[in-house]
Amino acid sequence: MNSTLLVNIFRFIMLLAIQIVIFNNMNFLGYISPFPYILYIILYPVNSNRSGLIISSFLLGLTMDMFCNSGGIHATGCVLLAYYRPYIFKFSFGLSYEYQTIKLNDSLTPERFSFILVSVLLHHIVLFILEAFQFRFIWDILLRTLFSSIFTIITSIIIIYLIKPNKR
Amino acid sequence: MQQIFIFIIKNSHRLLFLLLLVISLGLTIQSHSFHRSRVISSANFLSGGVYEKINSFNEYLNLRTENDELVLENARLKSQLFGIQDTTKPPMIDSLKGVKPKDIIISKVIHNTYNTHENYITLNSGEKEGVKPDMGVINSLGIIGIVDKTSPNYSTVVSILNMKSQINAKVKKSNHFGSLTWNGKSTGYVQLIDVPRLASVRKGDTIVTGGQSVIFPENINIGTIENVYIDNKTTFYTIRVKLFNDMTNLGHVYIIKSKDRQELINLEKKEKEDE
Repeated sequence: MNSTLLVNIFRFIMLLAIQIVIFNNMNFLGYISPFPYILYIILYPVNSNRSGLIISSFLLGLTMDMFCNSGGIHATGCVLLAYYRPYIFKFSFGLSYEYQTIKLNDSLTPERFSFILVSVLLHHIVLFILEAFQFRFIWDILLRTLFSSIFTIITSIIIIYLIKPNKR
Repeated sequence: MQQIFIFIIKNSHRLLFLLLLVISLGLTIQSHSFHRSRVISSANFLSGGVYEKINSFNEYLNLRTENDELVLENARLKSQLFGIQDTTKPPMIDSLKGVKPKDIIISKVIHNTYNTHENYITLNSGEKEGVKPDMGVINSLGIIGIVDKTSPNYSTVVSILNMKSQINAKVKKSNHFGSLTWNGKSTGYVQLIDVPRLASVRKGDTIVTGGQSVIFPENINIGTIENVYIDNKTTFYTIRVKLFNDMTNLGHVYIIKSKDRQELINLEKKEKEDE
């Protein structure tokens, strides 16, 4: 129990640091930047404390907002993703997900991929809608969501494979 | 009473979620509203310190370009000093003309964004150096933005590449005024809107800051006219302005203290009270 808590705190800090130092400075074509820090919410233990996840996600988003000068858009995206995570689990893994032991940082199956895909899309669409905050940018929002999601998913999967503990 | 407690315990996740959602949405909406500024900004001890560390590393990588710019500026200043005017080149106007050196705070950009619709810049000087909100920020090429929030050691700046920013500007030749805004698309161009149709504007004309603003002194460079078109709704000119500054690559900047500013604001306040 204690070790999972420590692992999560470590993950929280490391992902934020990597995001701020490296990925916030990445601008493909001027407006596409990946946000792999949401891996913290995606990789949070499945049957662990739900209130803890929501509160820590809020803090995660708020720290990002502080560094990006963006008001509260990251906090909103993270809280929404944290709250709807169980529903995305049900959508991707089927109804009885709580009885299986789902391990996300394992080899990539279609279920795991669809879970990451839906999570990233949800977070990014909220993020970019709130960032633009005007309806006339709808194409801009969709374009940014699409491209940034692709980059986030690629970087997330790379990070999952890099931190995967090698048992064999 | 008991039922209320049961309800709260049963729905604790949902209530927590709704509470945090309302807080974060509130912060978002507040940051988008025009007059009130953000609660959470990068002008604080933690993020300012982190950005300063990152910037001190990045500076090493940019030493070459920084040097090149300094050499160019040196050459220009020397040619001014010795009175040799190169007539083949367009005259580079010294944007700091008319501003006394003691009214300037020299500062450095430690973090710069340009890929969102509302961009902010973080500087490494704050209240200790005398930076206050609503001061103008420029560099040797032209204007950069307006100071938004300050902390003892850091301050944030609303970049001109921010859809919330509106700066009074004019066509240098004809003195016709308009306001400078950004449409959120290209980082090299801003829009000068509400220019009267009487104004004679031509491609290549220089746009400078106007005298109606209490933030910037008059005649600080902004850019040149790229093209002109007529707004269908208002029948005013909208001018696409090509910036002198490369907003994606900023180093040292100057913050302008305007001494007359407080006097002007006080005067306008008195005027309002009399009405």
